[in-house]
Amino acid sequence: MKAIPLWKRASLLLAAPVAALIFSILMSSIVLVLSGSSPLRAYADMFEHASRLETMIDILNRATPLYIAGVAAAIGFRMNLFNIGVEGQYLLAAIVAAHLGAMVTLTPVLHVTFIMLVAMVVGAAYSGFAGLLKVTRGVNEVISTIMLNAIAISGLVAYLVRLWQAGGAIDPGSAQQVGTTPIPESGLLPDLNVVVEGLFRELRQGKELTGVLLVAILVGVGYHVLVNRTRFGFDLRASGINPFAANVGGVPPKRMVVAAMALSGAIAGLVGLSEIMHIGFFPANPIKGLGFTGIAVALLGRNHPLGIVFAALIFAFLDVSSGVLQFTGAASREIVVIMQGVIILAAVVAYEIARRAREKEEARAAAEAMVAV
Amino acid sequence: MKRLSELPAWLRWSLYAAGGVLLLTVVQTLEGTDRLTSVTSAQSMLRWAIPILLAGLGGLYSERAGVVNIGLEGMMILGTWFGAWGAITYGAWWGIVAGIIGGALGGLLHAVATVTFGVDHIISGVAVNILAPGITRFLSSEILTNIPGGSITQSPRVPGVGSATIPFLAGGTIGNWTTPDLFGWLGTREWFFISDFANLLKGVMTRVSWVTLIAVLLVPLTAWLLWRTRFGLRLRICGERPEAGEAQGIDVYRYKYIGVVISGALAGMAGAFIASPELSGIYLEGQTTGRGFIGLAALIFGNWRPIGVLGGALLFGYPFGIGLRDLDGSASHGLILVNAIGLAAVAIWAFTRSKRTDTVLALALSGIFALWYFTTDVVPDVWINILPFVIVLLVLIFFAQRLRPPAADGLRYRKGQT
Repeated sequence: MKAIPLWKRASLLLAAPVAALIFSILMSSIVLVLSGSSPLRAYADMFEHASRLETMIDILNRATPLYIAGVAAAIGFRMNLFNIGVEGQYLLAAIVAAHLGAMVTLTPVLHVTFIMLVAMVVGAAYSGFAGLLKVTRGVNEVISTIMLNAIAISGLVAYLVRLWQAGGAIDPGSAQQVGTTPIPESGLLPDLNVVVEGLFRELRQGKELTGVLLVAILVGVGYHVLVNRTRFGFDLRASGINPFAANVGGVPPKRMVVAAMALSGAIAGLVGLSEIMHIGFFPANPIKGLGFTGIAVALLGRNHPLGIVFAALIFAFLDVSSGVLQFTGAASREIVVIMQGVIILAAVVAYEIARRAREKEEARAAAEAMVAV
Repeated sequence: MKRLSELPAWLRWSLYAAGGVLLLTVVQTLEGTDRLTSVTSAQSMLRWAIPILLAGLGGLYSERAGVVNIGLEGMMILGTWFGAWGAITYGAWWGIVAGIIGGALGGLLHAVATVTFGVDHIISGVAVNILAPGITRFLSSEILTNIPGGSITQSPRVPGVGSATIPFLAGGTIGNWTTPDLFGWLGTREWFFISDFANLLKGVMTRVSWVTLIAVLLVPLTAWLLWRTRFGLRLRICGERPEAGEAQGIDVYRYKYIGVVISGALAGMAGAFIASPELSGIYLEGQTTGRGFIGLAALIFGNWRPIGVLGGALLFGYPFGIGLRDLDGSASHGLILVNAIGLAAVAIWAFTRSKRTDTVLALALSGIFALWYFTTDVVPDVWINILPFVIVLLVLIFFAQRLRPPAADGLRYRKGQT
């Protein structure tokens, strides 16, 4: 049978995200013009700042948790499971890990490993519960993870923050409680400034490249190996494409659902690391929304380990640019949030169109092959 | 005796409600509070229930047409902003209209993605939920900051549409004549259960916003529209078997569009209600706090039926309404026991149907709640905030398999591919 040529496949693959990007740039330009700003000036400011080393560090720091959250969501998507609960899982995991991490004394490497393990276990347990509900009680995971999000965020985390803040971190300026007990130095990942400064130049005071970037890279490599190179990954993809066929092939669908949810939650548990490893404790007002953005990042990156990298970088670039726009005053900083929303909506539509185009192409190729026979 | 499931829906749900009130009365007597069935509790329950009801009804139109709508939250967010802006700029009623239009635009977006382009419904919903706060934030920075008293995250005071008290039953006025107050009178008799029921009824009939009235009337209207008209039949077939509808010559895409846009409109109306003085009297970023999702939960709880959605909305609105007034925590504490008794009832129900796992599970959970109730005197205040979500989970755990969503709900439908 004649295969579809590589260039055609590649262009189909790349056409969709590129079209989505162009569309969202177009849309936000229209919005900017309507609101009386110059889109060209705004984009020029954004790119001009992004080319600076310090801004690049900011983008990488921001992309790190987004990437981990994206992989967490992608693991579920690969099996047609919608883990909407990444948000609740990472916040719950982060506060428990920060608290337990501050209570123990261990040697440096062990300490960091311990904190990461706790975070993964908490995340896995919380999302695994949703998986368990799905296979034993027939509860749709979309609904259960939405409910578990609310229970975690406005219930458990809100409660634990207050409970564990007593005797916790104190802001030296205002002498107020700002979070859980600080984790000792041995439990924190060192920053990667040495690498950056070795490669480029001295960084401005206070800028540091988060060490969690290494964790994100490990997560990405691990995800690639797991999905594409292991039996489990094959089963995962097979169950996602056709659970009945996979079942006949000896893949227990129920166990796969629980395993995939738990794994997704375990990775979600690592999302909060970038914050607790940076400031050393779980703050009273943590960065929220990484889980939801992570879902968007996974969608934009098509659940592909490298695709998610680009998606995370694009979203991080936009997030950081919002501060830039605020600073230069070229446009309202909120334009980047619209851009993110439009990109994701345009991307899912574009992927759907591309999928249909590809199916048509495959059908045509198959028909030609039949005729040739 | 006829079985419960053979009774008409309104009667069946009234019986459930009566059972619930009886339970509350008993627990309240044990707890030594009167807050569980007071007039003001019922009033705030209704206020909190309305956005959930509207979002749930919105979800009903969408899912009956076969499109899952988890974008309700985002459409509600659009509704809060447009509702507040419209009310401040053009007056209270225009605010409601603006909120409806804002939500409907969000619905239109969801419809374009899911119906025209065939994007997965959950994915499109997530995208709408990400886009909506971006839009409102941008609009705030462009418009609200130019209004005196407004800022990027909030608006100045939003005017309300006014309210009325139902005459005869709750002592409303007709012209200058104050009518008798039947439920008010019953409520002060201190007759066990009857007075409690009367108090709750008086609460939901006293100083009712006109929007609330419209929202409640939407329940029978929806039931009639979807189950008694040709339009409704056609809309529902798009959610059950779209191919069959197509074979009948129905333009399935059109009906799905209508369903999803109505869905957004109702979610937008819910948002406008949240921003109105009935609940907040202000637009505040992030003020929906997941109530679009609770509307979705009410839809599932109500088994995709209008009266059921109303039941779910009141049930989920109740703890929110109580939580605000429960300063010493006695009512919240009492609700733990309500949960324990409710689960015990589920255990009995499961036992009579010889479902062993369900019986054991319900008994165990009931025991945990009972233990919690009897070993503590106060509960953390977060408990009441998460109670609605806990109830949804419990309902799903025990009844998910008895629910019947529309058969083609959430499935991708392409014209002419059958």
